Amino acid sequence: MNLDQAFFLYFAAMIVVFSIVTITRKNPVYAVMALLVVFFHVAGLYVLLNAEFIAALQVVVYAGAILVLYLFVLMLLSVPREALGAAAHRRWPVYALVGGATTFEIALLLARSKFAPRPGPYPPDVVREMGSTQAIGTVLFTEFLYPFEVISLVLLVAMIGAIVLTKKWTPAQGGEEGR
Amino acid sequence: MIQFNAADLVWLLPEIILFVTASAVVLLSVIVRPEARSGLAALAVIGALAAGWAAYGLSDGNVELFSRMVIVDPFATYFRYLFVLAVLGGVLLSVRTLQTEGGNRSEYYGLMLFAAIGMMVMAEAGDLLMVYIGLELMSLSLYILAGFYRRETRSNEAAIKYFILGTLASGIFVYGLSLLYGLTGTTSIRAIGEIVSAGGLSRPALVLALAMVGTAFAFKVAAVPFHMWTPDVYEGAPTPVTAFMSVGPKAAGFAVFLRVFLEAFPAAQPDWNNLVIVLSILTMAVGNIIAIAQTSVKRMLAYSSIGHAGYILIGLVGGTAVGAGAVLFYLLMYTITNLGAFGILVVLQREKGRVETLDDFAGLGKTHPAAALGMLIFLFSLTGIPPMAGFFGKFYLFTAAVKAGYVWLAVLGVLMSAVSAFYYLRVVLAMYMQEPAAAGAGEPMSQPSAVLAVTIAAFLTVGIGILLNPLLSLAAASLPKM
Amino acid sequence: MPETHLPTQYLPVLLLLALAAGFVVINLVMGSLVRPKRPSAEKLTPYESGIPPIGQAQRRFNVRFYLVSMLFVLFDIETVFLYPWAVLLKKLGMFGFVEMAVFIMILLVGYGYAWKSGALNWD
Repeated sequence: MNLDQAFFLYFAAMIVVFSIVTITRKNPVYAVMALLVVFFHVAGLYVLLNAEFIAALQVVVYAGAILVLYLFVLMLLSVPREALGAAAHRRWPVYALVGGATTFEIALLLARSKFAPRPGPYPPDVVREMGSTQAIGTVLFTEFLYPFEVISLVLLVAMIGAIVLTKKWTPAQGGEEGR
Repeated sequence: MIQFNAADLVWLLPEIILFVTASAVVLLSVIVRPEARSGLAALAVIGALAAGWAAYGLSDGNVELFSRMVIVDPFATYFRYLFVLAVLGGVLLSVRTLQTEGGNRSEYYGLMLFAAIGMMVMAEAGDLLMVYIGLELMSLSLYILAGFYRRETRSNEAAIKYFILGTLASGIFVYGLSLLYGLTGTTSIRAIGEIVSAGGLSRPALVLALAMVGTAFAFKVAAVPFHMWTPDVYEGAPTPVTAFMSVGPKAAGFAVFLRVFLEAFPAAQPDWNNLVIVLSILTMAVGNIIAIAQTSVKRMLAYSSIGHAGYILIGLVGGTAVGAGAVLFYLLMYTITNLGAFGILVVLQREKGRVETLDDFAGLGKTHPAAALGMLIFLFSLTGIPPMAGFFGKFYLFTAAVKAGYVWLAVLGVLMSAVSAFYYLRVVLAMYMQEPAAAGAGEPMSQPSAVLAVTIAAFLTVGIGILLNPLLSLAAASLPKM
Repeated sequence: MPETHLPTQYLPVLLLLALAAGFVVINLVMGSLVRPKRPSAEKLTPYESGIPPIGQAQRRFNVRFYLVSMLFVLFDIETVFLYPWAVLLKKLGMFGFVEMAVFIMILLVGYGYAWKSGALNWD
């Protein structure tokens, strides 16, 4: 086993372990903290792939912003600790069986396949030469120009949706009565 | 380095018009007075019409833009028309109910237009990445629309269910996409098609990727066994949104199905054909049989729309051009009829309370003959009774199945239509054979725009026979590249 | 294995991470070994500046926090797209400038909407 694989195994193992921790915690705040560990190790995987820019994004966007959003949502819900106990995990053996079987099946199929894609125009050496931010930017702003612009529509709709669904409208804005 | 021609943007004019209109509607909703907000519905209608007109002007185009991210060809144009129809129906049906139940927030119309842009992006996609982004744009708008009536618990529930299951489907789609990328090194639909045709790919991973991508589409078109969300979401969402949701995303899902499976995976056809057959049989059977047990007409229509997805899937079996043409034609018939059927539910709505159960329809033929006649037309069309639109749609679908060598599948389709007649005609019986319930439930409120939409849909449903040949040749000329 | 693509230039970062993690772990372990452990009900209550605590620590937050953080996430993602663009601006020239201008204009619609609707006001 060389160093590449050793690092990969470490990151992958941590991701698996802490993902399981995430979905088995009764206290959602602990679950979110475990998720934070997962996010950081995913960032580690990106670094391993010479995709530093994506790794930085992973930390800034996921660990920084989205996790905070999760915490806020948890606190909005504010589920009393007693209510979290019993019902949530009653049928976990069923879920574990179905999930385990699916995972096993996928793993089996993938283990029997060979992935040998055509090498793209940006092999690791080129990326390291020009820097991953440059490499991504070059592709994003030329070949992927149209998706890039449409993404802004998705963000726009998300913004409108968040406001429309949660904002308390004032009476002058035609706000609903008695809410 | 950059191959970009500003003149190419002309081809995207329908989307640009829709975007500008949607932005204007959203911004104006917080600027104009609450009473003036229904005027924004008119703006949305004008925008949608302009987009349809632009699509018509570009209808002879056959171009690939932006490194083949977008394909504007007759196939895409056909779906542009469909989505314009869907969004027009959705907006017209919404005007009055949005004021009485929906909190009168006119961002609603903007979101419908955004959803239509997402659908167009899906139908025009030349790259799986665009399929995904379009899918997200459409779905995100629809999640919000499903939960738009904030005071209604059922609406909230529908939105949450739709959102959770929808994101799960998106996740599965992206996983399938990543497998395809790992196998081929590209996300372009055509490039994937070339590599798959050349052979030599690992079959297990390819089949897995196909299954995952197929699952996501099956979810969006509500095919069994990925239909679990449909009845609850269709029932809980505001009725005009249900009308929109039952036609637009379904058409978009099938557009992508046709484009991806016929262009990228014709070589893998033996692998996905059986999958589609099983999906089709299950979808027809479950949708139609469970629909029998429903007492709520809205829920019954939800199950019936599942059943119709099953019929449409028949057209995909065999992967033939005739089948694809039949699917396109059927989608148009289905869009018009289903908008009308849900539209009747909207039109009958009272100031307080929706009209949804079978009992509400008792004696409708006496109390509201026009609405009852409309419902009769749409239900006959959904059953497939000539000369309604639905009959022609089914006729060409089943013919295509026979031509592709799947006679038994066509027979099954006809049998299932017979089953569906049972629950459709039960509503007709209730309307014409039963006595009206005790008065006092109140009169339906006045909804000119919804009545207009339903009337147009009714005339189209009945009169489609006259337009049959031009529409058929339009569908035949709009096949995807195969 | 023909060649390794291991990003060796990140070795210092790795060392720093290891050092930081080690510092925390060692301190916690040392602390738990050395400190006396005599818990009482008084000591285990959350510290609130000497005032007896009222009610649960976990309270329901106002939905406004959600709105603010959601808007933050969305603009955060917008900013993320600016990084590679800024690096490449000279190379992309006018074309890149217009491209980003369109992107920002589209999001400006959302910003304008948030502003006019009062989503940015706290009251």
